[in-house]
Amino acid sequence: MSEATLHQERAAASLRLERALIALGIAALIAAPFFVYPIFVMKMLCFALFACAFNLLLGYTGLLSFGHAAFFGGAAYFCAYAVKAWGWPPEAAILLGTAGAALMGLVMGFLAIRRQGIYFSMITLALAQMFYFFCVQAPFTEGEDGIQGVARGTLFGVIDLNVTMNMYFFVLAVFLIGVFAIWRIVNSPFGMILRSIRENENRAISLGYSVGRYKLAAFVMSATLAGFAGATKAIVFQFATLTDVTWQMSGEVILMTLLGGIGTMVGPAVGAGLVVGMENTLATSGFPVTIATGLIFMVCVLIFRRGIVGEIYARWLGR
Amino acid sequence: MMTVFGIPIQALLGQLLVGLINGSFYAMLSLGLAVIFGLLRIINFAHGALYMLGAFIGYLLLVHLGIGYWPALVLVPLIVGLFGMVVERLALSRLYRLDPLYGLLFTFGLALVIEGVFRYYYGVSGNPYAVPTLLAGGTNLGFMFLPNYRGWVVVASLIVCIGTWLLIEKTRLGSYLRAATENPELVQAFGVNVPLLLTLTYGLGAALAGLAGILAAPVYQVSPLMGSDLIIVVFAVVVVGGMGSILGAIVTGYMLGLAEGLTKVFYPEASNLVVFVIMVIVLLLRPAGLFGRDA
Repeated sequence: MSEATLHQERAAASLRLERALIALGIAALIAAPFFVYPIFVMKMLCFALFACAFNLLLGYTGLLSFGHAAFFGGAAYFCAYAVKAWGWPPEAAILLGTAGAALMGLVMGFLAIRRQGIYFSMITLALAQMFYFFCVQAPFTEGEDGIQGVARGTLFGVIDLNVTMNMYFFVLAVFLIGVFAIWRIVNSPFGMILRSIRENENRAISLGYSVGRYKLAAFVMSATLAGFAGATKAIVFQFATLTDVTWQMSGEVILMTLLGGIGTMVGPAVGAGLVVGMENTLATSGFPVTIATGLIFMVCVLIFRRGIVGEIYARWLGR
Repeated sequence: MMTVFGIPIQALLGQLLVGLINGSFYAMLSLGLAVIFGLLRIINFAHGALYMLGAFIGYLLLVHLGIGYWPALVLVPLIVGLFGMVVERLALSRLYRLDPLYGLLFTFGLALVIEGVFRYYYGVSGNPYAVPTLLAGGTNLGFMFLPNYRGWVVVASLIVCIGTWLLIEKTRLGSYLRAATENPELVQAFGVNVPLLLTLTYGLGAALAGLAGILAAPVYQVSPLMGSDLIIVVFAVVVVGGMGSILGAIVTGYMLGLAEGLTKVFYPEASNLVVFVIMVIVLLLRPAGLFGRDA
C-alpha cells in the first residue's frame, strides 16, 4: 500500500471512529439524566460548550486568549439581570447575554489582535481583569453576592424550565447547537483560512488574506459561543457571580482544552467533563482544587501536550 | 492649607508616595519578567507566585527560625533564586523548542500550585510582618510625613533596578546574556555555556521577584493571594512598556504606579482600572508599546 492510500485509509478510519463516537456520545447524553444527577451533567455541558468555543480560537486559529471568563461570566450577568430586573423570558435573556458577549468580544478582540503571540495572551488577560474590576464595582452585578434567585421561567411561553428534565434537554439542545455551529465553522472555507493563519500567519498574509479581520471574526465567534454557554449556565443555576469572571475561570477553560486535546473537535468537551468531575470529587475530599489544577497543567504541558483525545488520535490512527 | 486643583497638597503627596511604592514593585517585577523573556522567550506567569514566595519565606524565617529582616533580605532572594533554577533545570528547559505559549501555561500551573499550597496551610488572611526597628517611625519632610520604611523601599528598588540594568548592560556576563538573546547558537559556538546561562537568568529573575516579595512584606500583609493580584497588573505594565528594553520596563513600572496614585486622588473609583485603561490607550496609539521593538 502506498503512503498516500495509507493516509487516506487512516483519515477515513478516523472519520468513521469520530462519527461512531459522536453518535455514542449523544446517546449517552440523552440517557445521562436518568442515571446521574442532572444538574451535574448540565454543569458539564455548559462548561463543555465553553471549552469548545475557546478551542475554536486556540485550537483552530492558534490564538491563546487568557480572558475568556469575561465572555462566559459577562453573558451570565447580562442574562441574569435581564430575567431578574426586567422579567425577560429565558430565551430572550440568553440571546441578550450572548449578544453582550459578542459585543465584548468585538471590543476586546479589536484591541488584542493589535499584538501577536504572547502579548495577545497578556492583553486578553488584562482586559478581562479590567472587566472583573468593573463587575466588582458596578451596582448591577450586586458585588460579592452576585445576582441571586434568577427565575428559570417558561421557555417560549410553553416549556416550564423549573421541571428538571425540561431544563436538561434544553441545555443539551444548547450544547448541541453550539457544538454544531463550531463544527460548521471549522470545516468551512473560512475555517480553513483560520487554520492557515495558525500554521503560518506570514504566509497567509502573503496569500492576500487580511489576517486581522479573520482573527477578529474568529475571536468574536468564540466569545459569542462562550457567552451562549455562560448565559445558559446562569439560567440553570439561577445565579451569576464574580467566580465566572475571574482569571481562574479563564485558566480553567484553558486546562479543559489542554487536557482534552487542543485542536480536536471532542477533546475540549471531554476535558470539561473531567475537570468538572474532578472538582466535584475534590470538593468533598478537602484536597485543594487549585493544587490539583496546577499539577495537571504542569504534567499536561511537560509530557501530555496532545491531550487525551489528541493522544488517542496519534496513537491509534497515526494522525 | 495649600491646595492643588482643590485637593490638599498633603493628600496629593501622600497618594503619590503610595503610587511610587506600588510603582517600585511594578518596576522590579516587570524588570524580572523582561529579563526572563529576553533570553528564555517565556512569559513567567509564576512571577507573582515567586514574589509571594519571597514574602512568605521571609515571614517563615522570622516566625520559625527567628531570622530577622536584614539577613532575610539576602537569604530570601537566594532561596527563591535557587528554587527558580531547579524549576528551570527540571521543567522549563524542556519547553524551549516549543511554542512560547507552553511556557506561559506551565508557569501558570506552577503559580497555581505554589499559591494553592500556601493557601492550604495558611488560609487567605494576611499575616503582618513588622517593620525592622532601624526603619521604624518616620521623618517629617516639612511638607509631608514620610514613613522611613516606605522611603527605604523606594531607594532599595531604585538600587535593585539600576544594579540589574548595569549588570546586563555593562558587565561581561551581561554581554553574554545580550548576545545569547540575539543568537543563542552562535554564542554557544563561541564556547559560552548557554544552557547554564538560561538557568542563571531564570534564577536571577526569580531572585528579583523574591527580593521584591521580602521588601513588600512590611508594607502589605503577607498573604498567599498577594502575588496573583499583582501579576496581572504587571502584565499590563509589560504590554505598555514593551519587553524589548530593560530600562523601558523600569521606567514604565514607576510611571504607571504614579499614575495609579494620582487617580486615587482625583477619581478613586477608577484607581483599579487606570493601568488597564492606559494599556488600552497605548494599544490604540502605539501598538508596539512605549519602548517596544518587537511588534
